[in-house]
Amino acid sequence: MLIIEASIRDAIVAHARRDHPDEACGVVAGPAGSDRPTRFVPMRNAAQSPTFYEFDSADLLRLYQEMDDRDEEPIVIYHSHTATEAYPSRTDIGLAQEPGSHYVLVSTAEGAHEDGPVAFRSFRIVDGEVTEEDVTVVSSSAEVDDAAAPKR
Amino acid sequence: MAIEVRVPTILRTYTGGEKAVTAQGGTLAQLIDDVDASNPGVKERLVDESGIRRFINVYVNDEDVRFTGGLETAVSDGDTVVILPAVAGG
Repeated sequence: MLIIEASIRDAIVAHARRDHPDEACGVVAGPAGSDRPTRFVPMRNAAQSPTFYEFDSADLLRLYQEMDDRDEEPIVIYHSHTATEAYPSRTDIGLAQEPGSHYVLVSTAEGAHEDGPVAFRSFRIVDGEVTEEDVTVVSSSAEVDDAAAPKR
Repeated sequence: MAIEVRVPTILRTYTGGEKAVTAQGGTLAQLIDDVDASNPGVKERLVDESGIRRFINVYVNDEDVRFTGGLETAVSDGDTVVILPAVAGG
């Protein structure tokens, strides 16, 4: 399950709307080993394409150096689909190289405009296998602890 | 002295979980061969017949080797080499 704060979810959706009809992409970093996405980092889509995304290679290096310095990991890697559903494409699956990350897919196909519906889904992609997972949106980081606690 | 090679999560299965290994060589190609000698399988993941794989990025002292000569990029003691898989998709 992905647990994410509403403000970060909203920032990802806003980024996807802003860049439509091109794909938007980025990460949400968080403390290593925590599984908590806490630091929203929108990235530039170097491909500037409605059907492809790729982090610029210099930006990618800076991002990973920064995460290293802060002892963070890419907890979430997100991108948008702008004409198709929020499900990993064959290309997404073939190129997924962070087995520990939550791959978030957003679709602006139906609702690029303000207040239009934007699908927001999360997946694990490991060795070419896609597994969808639940997304729990919480209002604050305090609530994250509740959502993560084992059910009594 | 040797050259430090920083290994991404996805390749740490080849390095016994280590985040960085040290190796030697005068060019990136030689360095990768040396890494592969002690961590068999790494090279196959980094290189194909045309050079560095399209969705693998290799940096020598923060410069993407695509712009510095690819596998022929010179390396020397004290350099830092970083390997990062591209973050990309469709």
